[in-house]
Amino acid sequence: MAGLMAGFGHYTHAVVRGIPSSLAKEALRSCQAEVDVAKARREHDAYVEVLRTRLGLEVVELPADESLPDCVFVEDAAVVCGDTALITRPGAESRRRETEAMKGALKDLNLNIVEMTDENATLDGGDVLFTGREFFVGLSKRTNQRGAEILADAFKDYAVSTVPVLEGLHLKTFCSMGGPGLIVIGSSEPAQKTLKIMQQMSDHRYDKLTVPDDLAANCVYMNLPNKGHVLMHCTPEQYPESVKVFEKLKDHMLIPVSNLEKVKVDGGLTCCSMLINKKANN
Amino acid sequence: MSRSPLRGVKKVKIMQCKITLLDGSDYTLNVEKRVKGHVLFDKVCDHLNLLEKDYFGITYRDMENQKNWLDPSKELKKQIRTGPWNFAFNVKFYPPDPSQLTEDITRYYLCLQLRDDVVSGRLPCSFATHTVLGSYTVQSELGDYDPEELASDYISELRFAPNQTKELEEKVMELHKTYKGMTPAEAEMHFLENAKKLSMYGVDLHHAKDSEGVEIMLGVCASGLLIYRDRLRINRFAWPKILKISYKRNNFYIKIRPGEFEQFESTIGFKLPNHRAAKRLWKVCVEHHTFFRLVSPEAPPKKFLSLGSKFRYSGRTQAQTRRASSQIIRPAPFFERSSSKRYNMSRSLDGAPIMENHETLMKDNAAAKVIAKGDIITTVTTEKKVEEDKSEQEDTHKDAAETPEAAATTPLRQDTKTDSEQTDFAFDGDITATEYSFIRRVKGENVFIKHSNLMLEDTEPSADAVKHQTNISEMKRSFLETGGSTPGLTEWEKRLSSSPVHSPRAHEAPMIEPLEPQDVSYAEDKEDTEGKEMSTLDEKEKSVVPREHETDKNDMLPASMGKEMFKADTSVLTEAQTTEVKMLSTKMEIKTDDMIPLKGIDSPKKAMASWISEEVKTEASEVISVAAKEMKTSDGLKENAEIFTFEDIQSEQSESNLVQNTQQFSFCCPLHISTTTCCLPSFPPAAAKPSPDIVEVATKDMPVVHTETKTITYEAAEVDTNGDADPGVLLSAQTITSETTSTTTTTHITKTVKGGISETRIEKRIVITGDADIDHDEALAQAIKEAKEQHPDMSVTKVVVHKETEITPEEGED
Repeated sequence: MAGLMAGFGHYTHAVVRGIPSSLAKEALRSCQAEVDVAKARREHDAYVEVLRTRLGLEVVELPADESLPDCVFVEDAAVVCGDTALITRPGAESRRRETEAMKGALKDLNLNIVEMTDENATLDGGDVLFTGREFFVGLSKRTNQRGAEILADAFKDYAVSTVPVLEGLHLKTFCSMGGPGLIVIGSSEPAQKTLKIMQQMSDHRYDKLTVPDDLAANCVYMNLPNKGHVLMHCTPEQYPESVKVFEKLKDHMLIPVSNLEKVKVDGGLTCCSMLINKKANN
Repeated sequence: MSRSPLRGVKKVKIMQCKITLLDGSDYTLNVEKRVKGHVLFDKVCDHLNLLEKDYFGITYRDMENQKNWLDPSKELKKQIRTGPWNFAFNVKFYPPDPSQLTEDITRYYLCLQLRDDVVSGRLPCSFATHTVLGSYTVQSELGDYDPEELASDYISELRFAPNQTKELEEKVMELHKTYKGMTPAEAEMHFLENAKKLSMYGVDLHHAKDSEGVEIMLGVCASGLLIYRDRLRINRFAWPKILKISYKRNNFYIKIRPGEFEQFESTIGFKLPNHRAAKRLWKVCVEHHTFFRLVSPEAPPKKFLSLGSKFRYSGRTQAQTRRASSQIIRPAPFFERSSSKRYNMSRSLDGAPIMENHETLMKDNAAAKVIAKGDIITTVTTEKKVEEDKSEQEDTHKDAAETPEAAATTPLRQDTKTDSEQTDFAFDGDITATEYSFIRRVKGENVFIKHSNLMLEDTEPSADAVKHQTNISEMKRSFLETGGSTPGLTEWEKRLSSSPVHSPRAHEAPMIEPLEPQDVSYAEDKEDTEGKEMSTLDEKEKSVVPREHETDKNDMLPASMGKEMFKADTSVLTEAQTTEVKMLSTKMEIKTDDMIPLKGIDSPKKAMASWISEEVKTEASEVISVAAKEMKTSDGLKENAEIFTFEDIQSEQSESNLVQNTQQFSFCCPLHISTTTCCLPSFPPAAAKPSPDIVEVATKDMPVVHTETKTITYEAAEVDTNGDADPGVLLSAQTITSETTSTTTTTHITKTVKGGISETRIEKRIVITGDADIDHDEALAQAIKEAKEQHPDMSVTKVVVHKETEITPEEGED
């Protein structure tokens, strides 16, 4: 039976990208911090290894591009939902070309490509929270109204509500999905405020999982065959208190993944992969 | 255009009506000119063999070619001013869950409407959705894929999308091939299951401008009012969030309940293209609210000084129609699913039967162009305007004169008269021409107990319940005072104009909590009182109206006659971790330290909440009847009936039951609040919600007896959640009843499971009846004590004290 909006969290493929050496100095960041590229790469390799080996996803690895210091954060370059991929127009000028390789990879995966050509539009995938039933788009330093409109146009089945990102880089800097109908949210005031606006805008019901650290609220949820609910989240070293909260998710396979280096350049766990479900499309 | 009415003939009594049906065909019939709208509607439904007709309606085009719903209670000739009597039959209320419709034939018509919605672009879908919906359409109309019977391009004869491509048709065909054996009714069910999930399903769009002149769209749907800017949803007001809607001239106003985003009630104004558009939108809102939110329609206002529209939805509500259709016993009617002509070719321009004003938004990215030709859009502020001190009558007439189409047609003025636009001078004259309050009015003798709807989705949270005005007039007054302006908004918030956020609080305790679209906002307020101790009760109570579930639950709205208030001896003490409810008057304590487990519980509880409320409601009437009966026999003897409801909730099995965290919570007693802010604890904490309601009861059945009804509800904050949550799986339910001389105890135990969390809920209802000799306080204390003893591992989440006392008529008079 054909059905829409089924299978939230079902993924078969992941697109990732390597870390260029330029990340250390040139990648954008909100606070000054020294990044150890070697460490960051080890961290990223471990992340990719989880996707590939532990979770069994088909991983498409794009090569790093030295001229695109932020290119490892593939999430921002596209928004994929169902069989449609919207290639974004990232808010940071220096990141615009990151979409090229992403577009190629998504094309190769036979997704319907929609491009954001409007020069007044900006959108980072990190500002897009898809809950399975609707989209929330954070209006942030990187994403504007026009970008959100184009997203709404690309995914017509779903309500697309805009919410303000009061603090932090992206909407998903302090929230993400932790399961079907479960929003993981940071406990800071701006995060909570944004969540409340989301609630008000929504026809649907969600549960929330509040974690003490905003950044820990960025985690990667999947629903995989033979594994069930999978959650890649922060490590106890990084956010011990938040991990305690995740550990209460008894139904989830919990996979702590280190993100100590990438976080220095505002990279979260969701940022480092583009997850795709190919089974639904064919 | 077809035949025009039989003009020229003298004394025309019979009019020919042409109704465009959902399959695109026209149905012509003759009716007497003077008949009311429902006659035409009923005839069409008969023709269609449709019993579940309350979801449907008849539309006509006004001189601006705008779609209007035919008012069943008004004469046709007063609604159709000019032009031929052409109508269309359409779905008016899109059922949120079409599977709950009783008959396949009803679903079939709904499908036809939705197909048109899709093809016309009013219901936007992705390519994938077009293929899915298209494939079910093909299956329903053509049956199984059969290469021998069907030409290779069979699919091109049907229309699935505004821009139908070869690729789409191929995909539809691919899917169609996989449906072998699926009956048309099944295919339609699948169609609807997919269509209902679309974000614009059943959303009736209206062009408007916000207070800053930005073009927006207002979408009216089952759950409330949605605000769009282009395709983006920029705000949403669920019905429970709206206290009142009104229109004046070409302005449309909604008054918003105070919530976490706004401390005070605020009124938001929108500019509609013209007066008629504003009125049209207002009517659609009134109708949707009534249909989806109420159990029964509200009687039209009977006002002494009437100027505003008396319009009210007069049909059946969804609850009523569901009940009625469950009685349908006829065998499934045979009906032919004709290959709808409409889709076979591109639609002719004049054939567009519905809401073309809505289509702009849906067309590819076309910015919604507002229709305001030459209208000067002034800024609508939320502030009250003092301009209109004059009689509203003058206003409406002036208004009519201002509108070009009104000037052109005398009928409009008549229309206005017919509607008898009415204004509440005393309170709203400065803002509102016509209003529709979402608050059930309880007025004197007409009202027994108005049951508002709890069974429907989105029962509103209780926290918001705590209203600060005792009655409507006070509310209005205070509204005038506060003026609805919300200070300290950011730019963004101003744009949203209604979602100002006032210092939200961080939630320190990490745990999964249900997020309720509406509720949380109210819950937020509650935090303010965390850890506070309150035991204030005095005359202020008078001004406290627990408007919880105002539109829904609070059937017993205080009608401003705070004659006898609660004794000032009810108090609630609050402590962190441990909550004690002390009802001094009853010398009774409820310890609720084990209330915390509530937090892990999710939807079953929510589902329960509505059940509970329902129960409470039922109780209320029960009691009243008891009391009434007693009174008749006892001839003036004082009779009391008290009901105490306990609800014990226990959450078992914490495997998936995420967090049983400890968090501070508190009870607060809203009774002490007389200002605008209501304070209740935050979600996990428990909230006590005394709801002192006094209702004067005097109906025909009980002509002599006046009773006073008081209900106090104490409950955990989460219990007051909405009813449209997944109710989970009901494992078992049992009801045990036992009686003693003066008390009847009904124990209702339900077990539900949802998402691995099982929940046992026990509700005890103890009805104590008898005269004043019985010590009710003692009885209550005893009952609670027993309940605690019987279920030591459970927590009391709700105590409803419902007290009914006979009062002398003089006391009860408003």
